[in-house]
Amino acid sequence: MASTPMIEARGLTKRFGSTVALNGLDLEVPAGAILGVLGPNGAGKTTAVRILTTLSLPDSGSAFVAGHDVVRDPAAVQRNIGVTAQTATLDELLTGRQNLVMIGRLNGLRRAEARVRATELLERFDLADAGDRLLKGYSGGMRRRLDLAAGLVTRPPVLFLDEPTTGLDPTSRVRMWGVIRELVGDGVTLLLTTQYLDEADELADRIVVVDHGRVIAEGTAAELKARTGGARLDITLSAASVAAPLVLERFVSGEVHVSHDGRRLRAPVETAAGLATTVVRALDQAQITVDDIDIHQPSLDDVFFALTGHPPDAAEDDEGSERSEADLAANR
Amino acid sequence: MSATTLAPDPPRRRPPRPPGLTRRLADVAVLTGRNLIHIAREPLRLSDVTIQPVLFTVLFVYIFGSGIVLPHGGSYTDYAIAGLLALNLTTSSMGTAVGLSADLGSGVIDRFRTLAMWRPAVLVGRSLSDLLTAVICAAFVAGTGLIVGWRPEGSVLSAIGAFAIFLLFSYALSWACACLGMVSESPESAQGTGLVIFFPLAFVSNALVPTQHMPAVLRFIANWNPVSAVTAAARQLFANPNPSATIHAWPMQHPVIASLIWSVALVAIFAPLATHLYRRRTTS
Repeated sequence: MASTPMIEARGLTKRFGSTVALNGLDLEVPAGAILGVLGPNGAGKTTAVRILTTLSLPDSGSAFVAGHDVVRDPAAVQRNIGVTAQTATLDELLTGRQNLVMIGRLNGLRRAEARVRATELLERFDLADAGDRLLKGYSGGMRRRLDLAAGLVTRPPVLFLDEPTTGLDPTSRVRMWGVIRELVGDGVTLLLTTQYLDEADELADRIVVVDHGRVIAEGTAAELKARTGGARLDITLSAASVAAPLVLERFVSGEVHVSHDGRRLRAPVETAAGLATTVVRALDQAQITVDDIDIHQPSLDDVFFALTGHPPDAAEDDEGSERSEADLAANR
Repeated sequence: MSATTLAPDPPRRRPPRPPGLTRRLADVAVLTGRNLIHIAREPLRLSDVTIQPVLFTVLFVYIFGSGIVLPHGGSYTDYAIAGLLALNLTTSSMGTAVGLSADLGSGVIDRFRTLAMWRPAVLVGRSLSDLLTAVICAAFVAGTGLIVGWRPEGSVLSAIGAFAIFLLFSYALSWACACLGMVSESPESAQGTGLVIFFPLAFVSNALVPTQHMPAVLRFIANWNPVSAVTAAARQLFANPNPSATIHAWPMQHPVIASLIWSVALVAIFAPLATHLYRRRTTS
């Protein structure tokens, strides 16, 4: 690496009682880069973010943000970071504007500066109309946007976003992606955690996959997808057909699996423009009727399966395991 | 995002100033202001410093007042108001424990902790906003007292001195309550524990009943109870009936000095302890 990384973690470990949250986690984010930390609930993502943002102390290992040790010099780290946590961290009884002004003031801005900045951010995040309403009345998407704005009040060079779109409806999610994409790109270093491969793919330059508190794979989204064997074609026919696998062979990149009743077919494919149309047309020409066709893009589950040979087992845990981890940390 | 074009944020060249004294004071002011906004939003939170004091004052003056004869004479109403001030300020200081506990239970403290701010400002801001609610509480008790016939006979200056002693004591107690809030699991448990501690503290005293006829053990506790010292000091300064003046226990002979010593001691012990507990509670 040519320059010192903006975020660097070496062998971080953290236990909560008998639960191992981090088990020797290593991370490195060069200045201006966006790292996606991908993993299921309970993988240790939130714990890692809490340590990097000075909210929690590691049991062992070291971490530096903007060149400052998170354990020895938390104040210097705090002056360089913006944080959007997974759980709500804003004041419900204040308006959106009051929240942003308060955060600006507590970050050392003068009152007038803080007010100007709050107005700027509210406009920028499409919250200008809601700015003077109490947070209690905000929708989930509005809260997340305000939470993100709160992390940006001081224009920090390093940003941490912990699962910025978890729990949002698809529209708010896409909108949030737009916001995040527009924010970065000029020198801001960003670490974001997510459970969704498509989200990491959308936003991050590089992705690390975390499981049981360690990094189990690292690469670009394309590299990770390649390790899963790419996309998968699923076809349901109206009636069983022996000819169908032969027709499909021309389009797929591996063996065609046929279900017992002969109606469902599955095969690995390379995604290509118009693939579904081509396949359906070819089957139609062979006088085979198609009920359903699906080209399945690899998900976190597929990446996990490819990397570990088992699905992300923490996903079977209750949904709140990352949250309870955070709660545990907060109550210590 | 639709119509708004985003000028990219230039990365800041200079990180915010590290906290000096002015920054610390500013942080305290911001957080005090935040707590006051909370009060303005939910004025019902103030019921224990407005409605309750009025209720207590009226109930005690008319119910106890009908049955209690003071050892050295004088009107029970004149006697009781100083005690009611002490009682209400003592119980209302529990608000500090409840408020801090609520903050700790929400995500807001996590947000504060990632900011380059002075960490104890959360506690100092809370103690100051609670001092303001104590002022409201004292005003309601005194106002109700004046309506039901209480008359401070001393000079204006000594009356001001009496209120100053009350507020200082209330401020000191709120630091003890801050510690309680820090070790409580929830606002409800803070409230519950607070009642168990503060009701005996407020009642085993000379606040509402002269201590002369209490059983020996209770009388001893009552005479050394800081609530008694503060109440006796106020009665002395208001020139209201003060039967404790004939008791030989040192604090009853020197109630003003005793009140000041108690208050300063409480702050000296509980402010650092609260700060320590806060750091411990918010470090994992």
